[in-house]
Amino acid sequence: MPVSRGKTSCFTLWSGIPRVIGVELTYLSGQMALSDLLTLTPAGLYCPVADVHIDPVRPVPRALITHGHSDHARAGHAQVLATRETLAIMGLRYGAQFCQSQQALAYGERVGLNGIDVSFHPAGHVLGSAQIRLQGPSGCVVVSGDYKRAYDPTCAPFELVRCDAFVTEATFGLPVFRHPDAVGEVAKLLRSCALFPERAHLVGAYSLGKAQRVMKLLRLAGWDRPIWIHGALEKITQFYQSEGIDLGDIRKVSAADRATLAGEMIICPPGQLADLWSRKFPDPVTAFASGWMRVRARARQRGIELPLVISDHVDWDDLCATITETGASEIWVTHGAEEAIVHWCQSRGLDARPLNILGYGDEEADTSSEGEA
Amino acid sequence: MNRFAHLLDALAYEPSRNNKLRLLADYFRNTPDPERGFALAAMTGALSFKHAKPALIRALIAERTDPVLFAMSYDYVGDLSETVALLWPAPQTERRNVAPPSLADVVHALDQTGKAQLPQLLASWLDDLDETGRWALLKLITGGLRIGVSARLAKTAVAALGDFAPNEIEELWHGLVPPYLDLFAWVEGHQERPKANDPLPFRTPMLAHALDEADFDKLDPADFCAEWKWDGIRVQAVAGTDEDGRRVARLYSRNGEDISKSFPDLMEMLCEPHFGDVSLDGELLVVIEGAVQSFGTLQQRLNRKNVTQKLAAQYPAHIRAYDLLAENGEDLRELPFVDRRARLESFVERLGQSRLDLSPQIAFGDWPALAQARRDPASAGATAAAEAIEGVMLKRRDCAYVPGRPKGLWFKWKRDPFNVDAVLMYAQRGHGRRSSFYSDFTFGVWKGTELVPVGKAYFGFTDAELKELDRYIRNHTRNRFGPVRELDFSAEQGLVLEIAFEGLQRSTRHKSGLAMRFPRIARIRWDKPAAQADQIEVLETWLDAGLRQRASSATYGQKTL
Ligand SMILES: [Zn+2]
Repeated sequence: MPVSRGKTSCFTLWSGIPRVIGVELTYLSGQMALSDLLTLTPAGLYCPVADVHIDPVRPVPRALITHGHSDHARAGHAQVLATRETLAIMGLRYGAQFCQSQQALAYGERVGLNGIDVSFHPAGHVLGSAQIRLQGPSGCVVVSGDYKRAYDPTCAPFELVRCDAFVTEATFGLPVFRHPDAVGEVAKLLRSCALFPERAHLVGAYSLGKAQRVMKLLRLAGWDRPIWIHGALEKITQFYQSEGIDLGDIRKVSAADRATLAGEMIICPPGQLADLWSRKFPDPVTAFASGWMRVRARARQRGIELPLVISDHVDWDDLCATITETGASEIWVTHGAEEAIVHWCQSRGLDARPLNILGYGDEEADTSSEGEA
Repeated sequence: MNRFAHLLDALAYEPSRNNKLRLLADYFRNTPDPERGFALAAMTGALSFKHAKPALIRALIAERTDPVLFAMSYDYVGDLSETVALLWPAPQTERRNVAPPSLADVVHALDQTGKAQLPQLLASWLDDLDETGRWALLKLITGGLRIGVSARLAKTAVAALGDFAPNEIEELWHGLVPPYLDLFAWVEGHQERPKANDPLPFRTPMLAHALDEADFDKLDPADFCAEWKWDGIRVQAVAGTDEDGRRVARLYSRNGEDISKSFPDLMEMLCEPHFGDVSLDGELLVVIEGAVQSFGTLQQRLNRKNVTQKLAAQYPAHIRAYDLLAENGEDLRELPFVDRRARLESFVERLGQSRLDLSPQIAFGDWPALAQARRDPASAGATAAAEAIEGVMLKRRDCAYVPGRPKGLWFKWKRDPFNVDAVLMYAQRGHGRRSSFYSDFTFGVWKGTELVPVGKAYFGFTDAELKELDRYIRNHTRNRFGPVRELDFSAEQGLVLEIAFEGLQRSTRHKSGLAMRFPRIARIRWDKPAAQADQIEVLETWLDAGLRQRASSATYGQKTL
């Protein structure tokens, strides 16, 4: 697959002039050595040999980005290597100047960084999302970013990559989180539309990924009326469409439209559900598409009337299955409910530890009105 | 029972009564017998399950999950049934194709299963149900099911299947048994109305509209009788004779719930042979030596399964009758009010029972005279009962007893509320459709230089006021605790709310030592500085003077009628 070589390409930098690096990693202040391939610094995961950070939470000279959600993909790094889609999404969110130079890497393509073989593999989380594989002389680490293994017609399916150490998320790292089939949840939404045809159905969904997945699932379930969206979803949705994902007739809601949308389907960032904005729709049914909707108290707390358990993260069963299938003997848990999955790993003789990386949020619980905090 | 479980789940999230009705009607319409009948029974409290103890459920899940993971999960979810429903491992492959149990299966099997077989039976059901089904089953079987649907609402949904009035179902109800095949066949037009063979039917009560003072222009005092409005609970007392000639009786709440068990002292009276076969509408009160007690005292007798003799003697229950609906097989509801009243008067006199008396009528010549009685019940002859009077009732002399809330026949005219100026202290978002508003407000009054919370009120304003209030809250938040915002309040800063409320009680549960009855926000006082809000002494004075002695200058007097 071709490597993007636009004006901003920095391939030469990435392919790397040999650099002198600190050999005694543990002496570096503020760092925790996970292996000789990966350490944890205040900015996040760092590969000292290749001199790159992965999804850093602070500006760094060289960053590998797993996917476009704003807690993983931040503006201000000097050089960024990511999939073409992720770079495009970052450009949409932060403007073309979000970094000094960028370079795209396609799934499966390899690039050598100071002797470390780097490749990206589909994570099944959102469009362009990747797991990042680092292969060095002493072994192989895979950083999952966020991922899921459930059906999603809007992005490439998760690819299992075997490794020695697996760095996983654990957003839904408790065994009570077992996500049902998203198709069934969308059927629930359509049943509500059939029963309440004079009410507007307002679906809160995170603006990158979840919203487009819900739109696509609605289309596949036969909903052929226009789907209305809040303005905050417009850019990303158009990007999905420009990537060949057919979402049908998508219309932006204007202030004046709201009162006229009885019986229609409206998708908005989750924060808008509790905002005055939502009050102008005719007798709205408030639905929220999130893995958190599995737990009644969470749904009630937010005043949701129609909880839809649709998640872009792995659930407990898939998390356990993935850990087993990677064959990794060391498991590092970046964020989420680390305690339970670490316990599970340890009870199976795996070396597991929580990283407690600060700054990785959880877009599914997000309540800001842009849905992007 | 997956389907029923999903209905319960949807009902629990749906705040609107109308939408709940539609969910229910949709379920009844599309669910076959006998499943829907058992569902109706479950929702109206007509099913008595053999209950499983939480310990049994804990034991079942302990056999299947890691105890550490269970503890973490339970800690997160906070509800045992829900945790187990979500945690329950996927069944072995050989069970994958087993049809999940219906509610009818569950009801029958529970009836026939001994204690020893229960764990195994329950486990097999949990294997076969989905998460929601497991949740509902565990809630049902542990007796923890609360679905936010009244029995009346469920019956209303059944009535809607065939365009019947809900009271037609209610009046048959106590003669019917689950799964109500003849009831569904009748409402869907396949069969005759089931025979009402219950000797003690519930008759849907007639309810009053709140009186708007503008109504006086249209109403002629000569058309109406007036009575006190009692601060007790509305009941229907029915006494009769069953097929075998035995005396039977039942006491219903206004929703048709059988509350006989809580009032053995009244049941004894109703079952006496000379009581006759009657159906009475009245107020349940506690009367001690002729004095009617406050609602607070009456609460000692409410919602009790076991009533000791001591409790019954300490708080003797009493019926103050205001209508007679049937007597010796004759339905009196078509008669004009004055005729029913005459029948009631002669019945009460004939009976000569101290536990049952007449709700007296208020003599009045014109509306101002009635207003005076309402303002000061003691002056209008209600000396021993002034404590338990919350206003007056107006009933048209010539009207029949119409089930439901017909327009223009009965009116309730509550006493003026108390008013106090308080400072907004905390705001919380509402639920469901109101979740975009700050709609629950905690307010306080001054105790020296400190504000102490005295109550909580809910929103009742126009959209414009709502927006202003919302903006105020967002701009004056001092602290956030989950959904609750603590506002900036001090002598210099704070928003004053005029709070209207119906009564005041001492309370040890509140820091202020008192609790308000039905507080609501009457006005937002943007103009008033927080320092000028009321002191707690104002409330204390009312309490000391007796709750009903208000200093209110009734607005009524200033109006021309
Ligand atoms: Zn993400």
